[in-house]
Amino acid sequence: MLTRRQFIKMAMATTAALELSDFLIPRLAEAFTGKKRPPVIWLEMMTCTGDYLSVVNTLHPNMREILFNTIDLYFSNTTMAAEGDLAIETLVETAEREKGEFILIAEGTVPMKADGRYGAIGHHRDGTLFTDLEAIRYIAPKAKYIMAVGTCAAFGGPYAAYPNPSGSVPVHKVVDGQVINVPGCPVHPDWAIGTLTHLLLYGVPNLDAFNRPTVFFGKRIHDWCPRRQHFDNGVFAEHPGEEKCAYKIGCKGPVTFVDCPTRQWIGEHNSWPVEANTPCIGCVSPGFPDAMTPFYAHLPDLNVMGIRASADKVGIGVAAATAIGIGTHLTANIASGRLGKHWVEGTKPRPEGIIRDIRKHSGDRQKEVVFIPEKSIKGTYLKRYHIKSGNINDKKKYKIGRGRWMLGFKMGDKRR
Amino acid sequence: MNKRIRISPVTRINGFWNLEVEVDGGKITDAWSSGIFFRGFEEILKGRDPRDAAYLTERICGICSSAHAVAASRALEAALKIEVPRNAVLLRNLSFGADLLQNHIRHFYLLTVLDFVRGPDRPPYIPRYEADYRLSRVETDRVMNNYRGHFEIARLTHEMVTIFGGKAPHQHGIVPGGATTIPKVDRIQKFMGMLDLVIKFLEDKLLPDMELLAGRYEDYYRIGRGYGNLLAYGNFPVPDSPGKFVMPFGLYTGGKKEDFDPTVIREHVHYSWFLQDRPRHPSEGETDAEPDKAGAYSWVKAPRYNGRPFETGPLANLWMKGEYTNGISTMDRLVARAIEARFVAVLMKQWLKEIEIGKPVYQPFELPDRESEGVGFTGAMRGALAHWVRFRGSKILHYQIITPSAWYCSPRDDNGMRGPIEEALVGTPVADVSNPVEVGRVARSFDPCLACAVHLVRIEGNRLKFRNESI
Repeated sequence: MLTRRQFIKMAMATTAALELSDFLIPRLAEAFTGKKRPPVIWLEMMTCTGDYLSVVNTLHPNMREILFNTIDLYFSNTTMAAEGDLAIETLVETAEREKGEFILIAEGTVPMKADGRYGAIGHHRDGTLFTDLEAIRYIAPKAKYIMAVGTCAAFGGPYAAYPNPSGSVPVHKVVDGQVINVPGCPVHPDWAIGTLTHLLLYGVPNLDAFNRPTVFFGKRIHDWCPRRQHFDNGVFAEHPGEEKCAYKIGCKGPVTFVDCPTRQWIGEHNSWPVEANTPCIGCVSPGFPDAMTPFYAHLPDLNVMGIRASADKVGIGVAAATAIGIGTHLTANIASGRLGKHWVEGTKPRPEGIIRDIRKHSGDRQKEVVFIPEKSIKGTYLKRYHIKSGNINDKKKYKIGRGRWMLGFKMGDKRR
Repeated sequence: MNKRIRISPVTRINGFWNLEVEVDGGKITDAWSSGIFFRGFEEILKGRDPRDAAYLTERICGICSSAHAVAASRALEAALKIEVPRNAVLLRNLSFGADLLQNHIRHFYLLTVLDFVRGPDRPPYIPRYEADYRLSRVETDRVMNNYRGHFEIARLTHEMVTIFGGKAPHQHGIVPGGATTIPKVDRIQKFMGMLDLVIKFLEDKLLPDMELLAGRYEDYYRIGRGYGNLLAYGNFPVPDSPGKFVMPFGLYTGGKKEDFDPTVIREHVHYSWFLQDRPRHPSEGETDAEPDKAGAYSWVKAPRYNGRPFETGPLANLWMKGEYTNGISTMDRLVARAIEARFVAVLMKQWLKEIEIGKPVYQPFELPDRESEGVGFTGAMRGALAHWVRFRGSKILHYQIITPSAWYCSPRDDNGMRGPIEEALVGTPVADVSNPVEVGRVARSFDPCLACAVHLVRIEGNRLKFRNESI
């Protein structure tokens, strides 16, 4: 049996021969010989299905291997033969029969407005809507592990972008248990299948502050970018389609944590957005796309002269915090309103309405998003937000000071 | 005896869809198609940079993402009168063509085949309807073997998208102003190698399998005809010939072809959950949502061309091209899709050879500080797709999208005329009401994508307002 350490090493390796490939299939087979195959439910909610269609692009192991030899995929809107009542019954039956056994892969946001009527997975037999909200609330507590695949499920993504017309929230906001976020718009098949494999073989992987597996989301694009030397030398593209550093045309690599530069897309390592002479749009980060648009506007406060210093400055807090997602420098600027207009426009703070919605729709549980202090890292005073029981209006208790909602962060004061 | 059947969700499509049919005497007498989820893309786009629309609108649909990039780019280019370089036309055709192959291969195997072939006895292929699966055991094994093989080939088509597009789905290479990846011999070579494998698969596996199904299910050439109205937008521009397309614009109704006129498109909402005074054109489309509206049953509006419902897709494309005019039916739609896949794949080989290494791929441009307006029409994987954009400087003022799926998944219009899929379902025989496999066979032949068809939502003040993504 492969040790966990070996697995991590393999998953991080990016040459074709060393991927989650030939080693894993036999290992997986070994792990489940004589046992029943692990049951999986793939629940699509409000989504473009891009994540599913990306995951079927997996090369090693091939989707054929996964579907026919590795797992039992009981429910998947895009693959299953059953339809209508038969499909809904399969979902319910599986959730009941395999309670505590199955892995739930959730894709897409959960729309909260109008009691969740903005998105449904189908109808109940009695003719009422089976909403996404109802489905995730019903199924998630029964799952052994919950994987939120794609930026929508993990952080909200494009459908939750300002002004969030459907009141979409990510999975972790409506579910009590631990949610393993595997973001990406779309998710890279290696990230999703790699995480699934880790869950099957070793349980929950090491996670970063946003519950993303560090094995895939621990590298900052900027540090591993093959065009980093162009950045340091000040050789910048003026428009898409130039083979130079894409920083000035809006590359979000300096604040994006994922292994795209080394892993590349898809199984055959053809290319990735920067190699295609376009900016990275930071699709794995919380706050995508609001925090990342305009896509062609560059990050603030990295003036071209003395680049090295300021770029590293952006990196310090982020790198230390292992994938906080947005540089402290940047966050500070957003919070203090010192950003250039080109940056702030289109990236208005998340309306508080969403938060009220959660309270409204979570019924008696009184879920709230409140801030709790995170340990300070080298002069950064970032705080994560957590879902805790409590009342958001109780400012004394949670010491919500001045500041603005932004990207799921709030700047704290230095006293803490 | 009248019996109403509800199929919700109709699985093996992109998105969530509810179909209801009324069966009387073994035949469908009436049908209702309803989209059951909706987002709000146009409202999200408002106020953003018009150049961002190409990437953002891709996120509408995971299976046809590059089609939205093409339409959004063309809309901006039309507004600013940008001429994209010759290489850009070719690279876009190649990336988009590869995505089209991906869609057609996945539609046939992943989505359609299980309606006609008994799948293996393991999840997710059980439970299933017990119906007339007419293939012998050997033939079933053959098709299911190719089903397993298609994962590899569909992956290759997405790999092809990444060669010039950076990633897939939601590629980066098609942007307003042209393409971005600089074609070099290694990329072209790699693309060619993969394309050859795909063509081989199409010729050796997909087309024979299609032929086998068409032979065994010959009666489906007479089932699901619908209105017989076809609509196609120009697809795959010919390099160096502005305004010329490999797949031409056109429509076919009442047994003859007509020229396409974009000004007579209207959207009806009588049976959709919206309030509107009269059918409106995309450029003036504003809609109030009324989820409790009596009589309404779908979030999809009813786009009509000159008051008539139209279907769109590979059959319409090939019909206008004159490549396929056998007939309009369930089986014809499936056959046309398979033929179009091979047709495009062979064309792509030609485009690949025409690329001029070292020539530009991108035309830089500025966003002027005046109000500009443009429309981007394109044939997508599923047919006629159009984006309407109005912007000033770096701000979008108005964005409207009509997707192909909105055309054929639409509900009844103001005059009570059924949508194309509803009409096609009427008259379809249903042998066993508890295993209504025939409904899915007819409906999936259209390649419905509810992720594209469903409506968009906007908020104004305290009132919920909805706007159609697909006016």
